[in-house]
Amino acid sequence: MKRSLQNRAIIIAAVTLLAIYGIIGLPKSPAELFANMQHNIRLGLDLKGGSHLVLQVQVQDAVKSEADQAIQRLREDLAKQNIKYASIDRNDPTTIAGADDVVITVKGIELNDAGNFRDVVGRNFPTWDMKSVSSSDYALQLKRTELIALKADTVERSLRTIEQRVNGLGLSEPIIQQHGRADAEYEILVQLPGVDDPARVKKIIGTAAVLEITDVKDGPFPTRQQALAQHGGLLPLGTKLVQERPSSGSGRENAAPFYLVSRVPVVTGRDLRNARSSRDEFGRWETSFTLTQDSAARFGRFTEANINNRLAVILDNQIVNVATIQSRIDDSGRITGLSGEQEASDLSLVLRAGSLPAGIVYLEERTVGPSLGADSIRSGIVAALAGLAMVVLAMVVYYKRAGVSATVVLLLNAVILMAILAYFGAVLTLPGIAGVILTIGMAVDSNVLIFERIREEIREGKSISAAIDIGFKKAFITILDTHVTTVISCAFLFMFGTGPVKGFAISLVIGLVANLFTAVYVSRWMFDLRLFRNRDLATLSI
Amino acid sequence: MELFRDTKFDFYGKKWIFLGLSVALLAVGMISLFIKGGPRYGIDFKGGAQVYVRFLGKPPINEIREAMSKRISGEINVQELTGDNEVIIGTELRDEKELESVRQTIVEVLESSFGGAKGKPDLNSVSADLLAEHLAIPLTRNGVNLGDEQRKALAAAIVKFRDENHSGLLSNVKELSGVAGVNEGVIKTLEEEFSLGKFSIRQIEVVGPKAGEDLRRQAILVTLYALGGMLVYIAFRFEWIYGVGAVIAVLHDVVVTVGFFSIFDKEISLTVIAALLTLVGYSVNDTIVIFDRIRENLKITRSEPFADTINTSVNQTLSRTVITSGLTFLACLALYLFGGDVLNGFAFALVCGIVIGSYSSIFIASPIVAFGKWMMESRRRTASGAVKGSR
Repeated sequence: MKRSLQNRAIIIAAVTLLAIYGIIGLPKSPAELFANMQHNIRLGLDLKGGSHLVLQVQVQDAVKSEADQAIQRLREDLAKQNIKYASIDRNDPTTIAGADDVVITVKGIELNDAGNFRDVVGRNFPTWDMKSVSSSDYALQLKRTELIALKADTVERSLRTIEQRVNGLGLSEPIIQQHGRADAEYEILVQLPGVDDPARVKKIIGTAAVLEITDVKDGPFPTRQQALAQHGGLLPLGTKLVQERPSSGSGRENAAPFYLVSRVPVVTGRDLRNARSSRDEFGRWETSFTLTQDSAARFGRFTEANINNRLAVILDNQIVNVATIQSRIDDSGRITGLSGEQEASDLSLVLRAGSLPAGIVYLEERTVGPSLGADSIRSGIVAALAGLAMVVLAMVVYYKRAGVSATVVLLLNAVILMAILAYFGAVLTLPGIAGVILTIGMAVDSNVLIFERIREEIREGKSISAAIDIGFKKAFITILDTHVTTVISCAFLFMFGTGPVKGFAISLVIGLVANLFTAVYVSRWMFDLRLFRNRDLATLSI
Repeated sequence: MELFRDTKFDFYGKKWIFLGLSVALLAVGMISLFIKGGPRYGIDFKGGAQVYVRFLGKPPINEIREAMSKRISGEINVQELTGDNEVIIGTELRDEKELESVRQTIVEVLESSFGGAKGKPDLNSVSADLLAEHLAIPLTRNGVNLGDEQRKALAAAIVKFRDENHSGLLSNVKELSGVAGVNEGVIKTLEEEFSLGKFSIRQIEVVGPKAGEDLRRQAILVTLYALGGMLVYIAFRFEWIYGVGAVIAVLHDVVVTVGFFSIFDKEISLTVIAALLTLVGYSVNDTIVIFDRIRENLKITRSEPFADTINTSVNQTLSRTVITSGLTFLACLALYLFGGDVLNGFAFALVCGIVIGSYSSIFIASPIVAFGKWMMESRRRTASGAVKGSR
């Protein structure tokens, strides 16, 4: 008996110490103790504040730009082979589902060129499937396997770009991962704990950040119509009209002038080696960038040949700056006219991270402001302490000494539960707390079941030690059944549930396993210890 | 201390009264659900945007409505929360891109209408980074010389104090004087450069209709799977009719609780789903405790009528049922009273659920098992009677 008691004491002490270590580590001061606790028990966004974003990558954008590139190449190839055509175009689906229906239509291929045309497509466009629509028209569609790979790659690249942008913000422990079914939903989950300006972060994540530096052919024009009128109603080949970015806060969107610029940029975002925020000689914020070696050489040649011509810096299809080339520019440039330090550093951040391969749409945003987070934690702690105090008081009044041991066991259960959550690096969310509450409810119940059973056996006239033994044995069957049932339902919740439901299931299962240990094993040990110390115990304080 | 000792209540004999009560509860809930056109889903499940805003003093509801309607077309709900000077500004049922722009506009309107003086940024909504940026030049002008890092630390401390000690709303810059690093020069600079807006954004939720529908479907499916799993396990450990009894009792609890939500006009959100799952776990736990006792008693007293076994078992476990429910009820009541806004709906579901869960284990689950047993018994009797008759 003594030996078994000692062995059990060692196991219980070891588990307790391990659990306490898991929560508070080895603190050297009270301040460190709190810091360790905060570090080990990680609270979810709903409790401590932060933003939870689910965004959807518009994969059809990537398929469309793939089609645009194919159209460009096809035009060149057909010109080389002297094959005449009436038009090459693609449709313009705007939904994710439409990504599978992007079709390039080639019209007006003459009958005697048909064989030649098929050859060109077959040789140079192996990733495309071609069907003839009529004797002169053809439709090209991206092959199924290519399409799947392209979409997956687009999501992957978007994820990496967003990751880089978010990491550049220096937030603590952001989470960026694929969300939902990877093959059908193209969703990315971004969690930003403790972010205090979610609108800014959403803007940084969401901007396409396509940078182009290109030469200005003509302008400015006050309106699109005037620009067209100047050129006889038709834009010259290889040019496009781009509007200047409305200056911030002025609200004069219509007043921003248009420029006619070359369609093919001299430098794009991909040519950048680095970008950072800095100040000009007047203390105004700007974003300066440097170019890679190859593009610097190209840019140098271009600027040398175009002195006194104008260059436009275009960001996401809006002109940011127009400047006249004074002299040869080699490897660096700057973007001016920004509103302040934050815009300058945000712009350099997105330029460094590169552009997104497709647009994104926010499906979900849940932001808990820092003030609410702080209040939630405070009221949560008050509620937990008040609830615990009431339960403990009631148990001690009702079960006397046994109630005290039930309290010890209950606290140990809570400590083990928190420690396991900490060891797994799990995050405690509101639904997780629901799981903890159910755990505590079931832990109280386990004790009550055992105590009531022991009382019953005593009433029937059994000796104290026999009553304890039978009480534990009989209650254990019930406890096992209730626990296994709940664990089974949690398994389903975990397998098929989403984030919050999963959090509930995890903390509940951990709590129940801990409870089997505390309410049955530890509690039994405490009763046995009392029996051992006083072998002929006549009455049990229960 | 003991509350119950050798009680001999005839629970089973009064089953019709309690079944009637349950039917009445279910009916009231159903009628409320029917009149209100289904449960009142939170935007988690139907899609929409909600911005929770706390004001300094009583929120100017009409002003907010007016300011919003000037900029946003379509319906905008402005709902006041009792207590903490908070309002929810929201809209529902729009597509994802529209929701995003409505969310932005709501924040912009708040800033322009309630955000402090023109031309001076609002100290109550500024982020730590922007605060540090804005302070750079004015601080030096007022003779406070700080390095970049020190200035950022100061800004972070100010924002932290505002959010954690004043729930995000300062009514006077002087309230900051206790913050480390804030001296007269800093206060003077803040007063010169910043104004104090009257609102603070507590929470923003935007859920696209697609995401909402997915969440709703998944929540229901997952609960059904979990119930199925329980049914199979209980059927395996006891008899299938016990599994059926437990699951019907749990369904009863969920439906009655959802009915209560409808009657009290409370929203069903994701956290409420977590509470409903808790309630399911709790109710099944309760039911199994009684079933377990029935199984045990059946082994001892084979000849007794089943109804008597049920009564004995329920009476034997009565003390445990009342104490466990009472204790958990106390804990959840504490959560309801002190848990704050975020936990309110959640705690409400638990407070209702615990009472209903204990009730249904005694008055729903056990009678169903008895009824099932009786059915099987009488079928066996007629079957054996038929065999006899054919002879």
